[in-house]
Amino acid sequence: MAELRFTGRVASGGFAAGPLAVLSKSTARVRGVGEPAAEAQALREAIASALGQLSDLAANVSSDGADILSFQMAMLEDETLAEAAFRAIEDGATADRGWRTALDDQILEYESTEDEHFKARASDFRDLRDRVLAALSGAAADARLPPGAILVGEDLTPSRFLATDWSGGGGIALTRGSASGHVATLARARGVPMIVGLALDLGGVAPRAEALIDSESATLWLDPEPATREDFAARAGIASRSRSAADEFRTRPALTADGTPIAVCVNVADPAELDTLDPSSCDGIGLVRTEFLFSGRGGLPDEETQYRAYRRLAEWGGHKPVTIRTLDAGADKPIPGLTLEHETNPFLGLRGIRLSLAKPEPFRVQLRALCRAAAHGAIEVMLPMVTLPRELERARGHLEQALSGLRAAGVDHRRPELGIMVEVPAAAIAVEAFDAAFFSIGSNDLTQYVMAAARDSDAVAELNDPSHPAVLRLIAQVAVHGAATGRKVSLCGDAGGEPKLIEALLRAGLRVLSVSPAALGRTKEAIARVNLRSLADRGLG
Amino acid sequence: MDEFIATASAPLTNSIGLHARPSVKLTKLAKTFTSQIELAPAENGPWVDAKSIVKVMAVKAAKGATLHFRATGPDAHAALAALSDLVALNFHGDEADHSEGGSGSAHG
Repeated sequence: MAELRFTGRVASGGFAAGPLAVLSKSTARVRGVGEPAAEAQALREAIASALGQLSDLAANVSSDGADILSFQMAMLEDETLAEAAFRAIEDGATADRGWRTALDDQILEYESTEDEHFKARASDFRDLRDRVLAALSGAAADARLPPGAILVGEDLTPSRFLATDWSGGGGIALTRGSASGHVATLARARGVPMIVGLALDLGGVAPRAEALIDSESATLWLDPEPATREDFAARAGIASRSRSAADEFRTRPALTADGTPIAVCVNVADPAELDTLDPSSCDGIGLVRTEFLFSGRGGLPDEETQYRAYRRLAEWGGHKPVTIRTLDAGADKPIPGLTLEHETNPFLGLRGIRLSLAKPEPFRVQLRALCRAAAHGAIEVMLPMVTLPRELERARGHLEQALSGLRAAGVDHRRPELGIMVEVPAAAIAVEAFDAAFFSIGSNDLTQYVMAAARDSDAVAELNDPSHPAVLRLIAQVAVHGAATGRKVSLCGDAGGEPKLIEALLRAGLRVLSVSPAALGRTKEAIARVNLRSLADRGLG
Repeated sequence: MDEFIATASAPLTNSIGLHARPSVKLTKLAKTFTSQIELAPAENGPWVDAKSIVKVMAVKAAKGATLHFRATGPDAHAALAALSDLVALNFHGDEADHSEGGSGSAHG
């Protein structure tokens, strides 16, 4: 096959080479209940995805196993198998139900056979049933992806990103996707190269092609020619050398060229990110996204589970602050059973603290766990999406209740500092109205709300610019208020780890940045190039 | 339904029956012909599409049964000859290996 080359936009930098793994639509997005045509299409895609998995498996097993797999593949390829399911879907069943019922009927029939050999086939049908159901639910067998694979698809959900093992390398190339969405944030934190907005016909992509991602030139190659591969290896080598230069900065405290100390903390979306991070290379954790605890299948996590997770973070931080954001569900982070479905504009809907106050039980559990963990380190509690001072005060009421409950029960605890995210323009503009212990600017949401440009829309990506004067002016206003009243002001959006934005952020008055662990080195390197005095001199002169 | 112009039969002797592996082989072979081909565990049916592994498996033809084939189409005779051979030759030795304890591995 001839070499193919596609260009998109960079969402997370780096180089990756590996086997291509095509994500089917149904595994790439959260699927609601659709029209029969959409359900049938979802089932067809799930069957295709299951077939792909089986063929990948068959390539790696002994002949006996391969026999079983080729039998299962022949079954899946036979349209007769899903006939009953498609009929049920036409009559209004969901893809899941249609498929499950059709396969259960077959399983029952084989199980009721006398002949042991035929009876044993029931397990193959169960296997097929579950594999396709998994593909339908989007929880496709991630472990079966070849290690270091380049995932290619329309879009990717955060939960699937988190379920994927990136320790052996790999990358992401999406036809849609966004450079400022949550998956991009996660990819940057893990150092996983990611390109979005590729004009690529997914139907025409051969499975198991070799793929290269070069996130400097935002290019994806399929089946590269030897010359391309050599050039790629050379460029990857240069990038890795410049990364080691940045890594030298990583372990040192951050200072600007004029000697102003800047605190650089890390954002954590998954505690696993801390495994390879030395606490001495940062000034604490500026943002813990607690959604990782809530994205599992076991429903909402209990107090004990949360306490253990928070305590581990607190102990990692030692005496350094560990800022834990309470659950920021809603919008692009739906949690079944908690967030509202079918909001027409979920980014302006019931999310963050609004949801926590509307459904306070999970919030109370989280606050109790946080107060208990605070006994083991410098935990700070941060509220997301605060718009009104009243929301902060109501949350404080819940915190007081949690504290008095723990006190009465004689459980070890400590009162954590209570601060807010500044990401709603109203909070930035009227920041002096909030009696918060600290402020942390969520530049991703603040930018999308100020610029009225969705962070997950490619079409308005240019408008979604955190360095626009309107955004910077709000950031400066919050920084000035913090300095005047002795309250810490930090920034924990992606902008903090963007070398070309750092000078503007420091000039706006910020002295605390929180960035993804992968961005620590380049952030400190960029800080070292900034001379704040030169502006002050000009200003005074 | 078209008139079937050719029929054949072959016994599933010395075999464990029409299970997973043989069914894969049989349907794959059937699909190489353009003729419409049907299979049944008895002379009078019930007849099923010999190209559908789901339907072929559902026949649950056990060891000792005789498989009946019928076909219609340009290569009907060739198809029936090939399929009967496949059954008569124990699916080209595949089943013999396993059913006679050669490998000792699980069936299907």
